[in-house]
Amino acid sequence: MMNRTAKFLIPFVLFLIAVGFLFKGLFLDPHEVPSPLVGKPAPQFNAPILGAAGKTFNTEDMKGQVWLLNVWASWCAACREEHPLLMAMENTKQIATYGLDYKDTDAEALAVLMQHGNPYRAVATDADGKIGIDYGVYGVPETYIIDKAGIIRFKQIGPITEVILLTKIAPLLKQLQQ
Amino acid sequence: MKKLYILILLISNFAFAGEAQPLAEDPALEARLRAMSQELRCLVCQNSTLADSNAPLAEDLRKEIRVQMRAGKSDTEVVEYLVERYGDFVRYRPPVNNSTALLWFGPFLILIIGGFVLYRVLKKHASSDDDIQGEDV
Repeated sequence: MMNRTAKFLIPFVLFLIAVGFLFKGLFLDPHEVPSPLVGKPAPQFNAPILGAAGKTFNTEDMKGQVWLLNVWASWCAACREEHPLLMAMENTKQIATYGLDYKDTDAEALAVLMQHGNPYRAVATDADGKIGIDYGVYGVPETYIIDKAGIIRFKQIGPITEVILLTKIAPLLKQLQQ
Repeated sequence: MKKLYILILLISNFAFAGEAQPLAEDPALEARLRAMSQELRCLVCQNSTLADSNAPLAEDLRKEIRVQMRAGKSDTEVVEYLVERYGDFVRYRPPVNNSTALLWFGPFLILIIGGFVLYRVLKKHASSDDDIQGEDV
């Protein structure tokens, strides 16, 4: 008697476990690859600043403050989605936002900023995508939050959403800025 | 004359630069690159290898790998360089570590469990067959 119940129950439980895994799988994004860079020092770079001939942006100058690096491009449609949020963050002075213009031309990038507004304190240019490789960029937009010691504390692949801003970025900033 | 020839070569190279197909500049290096990039994943289109992908990032990475190979780096050093930036996910052969242990050893575990269950079932059948025969007789 006991045996018959077990014969039914064991496959049933295994089935439920399989369903559980598959159900979880529905909400996973295979494009979100965990970055090995979180918790490591932000790769150093020195790059020309967009629209400021002769001036360069150096990551060394950022030491001592919490800052956000947003990798974007004029050809990137998804970047337009998060643009209003970046503007709002800069307007409320939540964090020092800097841009990295990835594989783009200066003229087109400047045109986009003229048209939609500029949320960045400065934009470093990465025309050949070399800095992007150092940061493990494989799809723009990508966003990094770097702490006072220059360690990457957070990486967002794809556009920032309001939910991510409220549940992940805002609490982290509060913690980092203390 | 020779100088002119070299100049023409340089210029024609330049003209084709946009298509990013440096044809057999160094066949040995290209072969090494091809072999290695078949083991690496293109992160943009994740089911293609770095060798097959035409994504701009894949092209950039192949370019970068070429530069590093020319600089005398070994295959392992180049793969390490990519893993540091993109994580183990760039490799098609996942390394054995804590997060992949289940992936590597899970099938053997299932085999052992399956074997054990099969053994139990067969043994029980054998003994119940005996019972039935006993009853029949």
